[in-house]
Amino acid sequence: MLLAFLVAVALAIVSMKDLFSVIMLSGIYGLLSASFFVAMDAVDVAFTEAAVGAGISTLLMLVAITMTGRSEDPDRHKPFLALAVVVVTGGLLIYGTFDMPAFGSAQAPIHQQVVPRYIQHSMEEIGVPNIVTSVLASYRGFDTFGEVVVIFTAGMGVLALLSVARRPEDIAEIDSLNDSMHEQHLILRIVSKMLLPFILLFALYVQFHGDYGPGGGFQAGVIFAAAIILYAMLFGMSTARRVINQSFIQLLAAAGVLLYGSVGIVSLLEGKNFLDYGVLSDDPVAGQHLGILLIELGVGITVASVMVIIFFNFAGRRENAHSGEENEMQNNNRGNNKT
Amino acid sequence: MLMDHYNYWIVVVLMMTGFYIVIAHGNLIKKIVGLSIFQTSVFIFYISMAKVEGGTAPILEEGIRQYSNPLPHVLILTAIVVGIATTALGLALAVRIKEAYGSIEEEEIQRQDNLDC
Amino acid sequence: MDTLIETSSFLFLLIGSFLCISGGVGILKFPDFYTRMHAVGVTETLATAMILIGLMLQNPDALVLLKLLFILLLTLLIGPTASHALAQAAIKNGLKPELHKK
Repeated sequence: MLLAFLVAVALAIVSMKDLFSVIMLSGIYGLLSASFFVAMDAVDVAFTEAAVGAGISTLLMLVAITMTGRSEDPDRHKPFLALAVVVVTGGLLIYGTFDMPAFGSAQAPIHQQVVPRYIQHSMEEIGVPNIVTSVLASYRGFDTFGEVVVIFTAGMGVLALLSVARRPEDIAEIDSLNDSMHEQHLILRIVSKMLLPFILLFALYVQFHGDYGPGGGFQAGVIFAAAIILYAMLFGMSTARRVINQSFIQLLAAAGVLLYGSVGIVSLLEGKNFLDYGVLSDDPVAGQHLGILLIELGVGITVASVMVIIFFNFAGRRENAHSGEENEMQNNNRGNNKT
Repeated sequence: MLMDHYNYWIVVVLMMTGFYIVIAHGNLIKKIVGLSIFQTSVFIFYISMAKVEGGTAPILEEGIRQYSNPLPHVLILTAIVVGIATTALGLALAVRIKEAYGSIEEEEIQRQDNLDC
Repeated sequence: MDTLIETSSFLFLLIGSFLCISGGVGILKFPDFYTRMHAVGVTETLATAMILIGLMLQNPDALVLLKLLFILLLTLLIGPTASHALAQAAIKNGLKPELHKK
């Protein structure tokens, strides 16, 4: 049922010309797939998808279209050729699914290999009830390290592409702007001010409760970043920039990766494998606990700060483009006046 | 029996929808949306495979024997966050292209490139 | 006592679902943006509250009760704020309500 909705939304996205509605629909698509993940028992994944797919990614795309324009050229290149390619590929893939084990079958090969070991032994080896966390942070810690580095690199890429040199800001100007905005967004501001501490607290809860329930560094990082982005949207970029120092955030993004890596190095120095947390304490299980806590913290810090960096750079770019346009208009006006 | 592969078929349909957007549309932002649909269809595929009939969420508790497979969950969990990071990178590129060419339609960009040669 | 709780929970859930459906019908049937938003904003806030109260009555566990209470408070705060922001944005962008139809 949910899947049928998903298909309907995807088809609507194909036919829409207005990019704004396309992006709104893609937000709905994200939320629907999150609900589907809950139905499939993947609570951790659903959590992440709800925060990312329906929240942050929609937001980033909206910021992007404010800079690139919201209408789409109706021309398609060779739509029939494309359709033919798609239909043939899809047909082949569907033919391929007939060889797959039936949905939900416990005998499928994917459930036979390494997974029963994770499920049976993770409690005694890692001591963490949430198997997703123990696999993520301990059994497959090296993979996750790679993922964190990818996120860090993407953040740096956005920074390199979009960062603008910032002129010193006039504080009086910001304050007057703030007062005028205050009138318009009074209710939004008050409610969000009430909610912000709870959102941040919730992010921390998700961060440190990830061992026992759904949650962990990735989700917590995204929620934390969402709270900061909410603040920046309602109180203006300049105010947010005064609250959150940009270079400090960039430092934090690197520090998160460093924390993760150095936990690995410590276990190397103790004569064990990279990211083998058993050595962090006398009792291996306690060591695992400590290790998971530390690297989840590293993940959380990196994810949160990378998301904030990405948003601030997009928004800063946009501000800059707008003020540039205004200057140009003023120059044009001056030119017109002269003639 | 017929419904055994329903999930997988939906995944294929979604994947092809995303694929169609990527190849047939010229607008770069729309292409990125198409890519993210494609990406989510892969997520749905993995999560569908992880489901075990009668299983529950993989959080250990007394008295539960059957859990869904946690390994795909781990892979997809990280993939989602990596996905948004790379999407942001793509959007950043689109913004820069808009600044350089004044358009994010692929054909317009190609036309300008050909003029330059 | 048990039957009382069961029945009241059942009633709350029923009213909640009815409101949800009527909100959905409202989106489709009402003439312009503002009335539609009214349909969604009013019914949805009440409907979620009703459904959450119904669920609370179903569940004796204190922790679950607390979590549901938090969700209820959150929706009561966020729902009206979101409707307000939407309506304000619409008014600012010059969308006029349809006052005299026919």
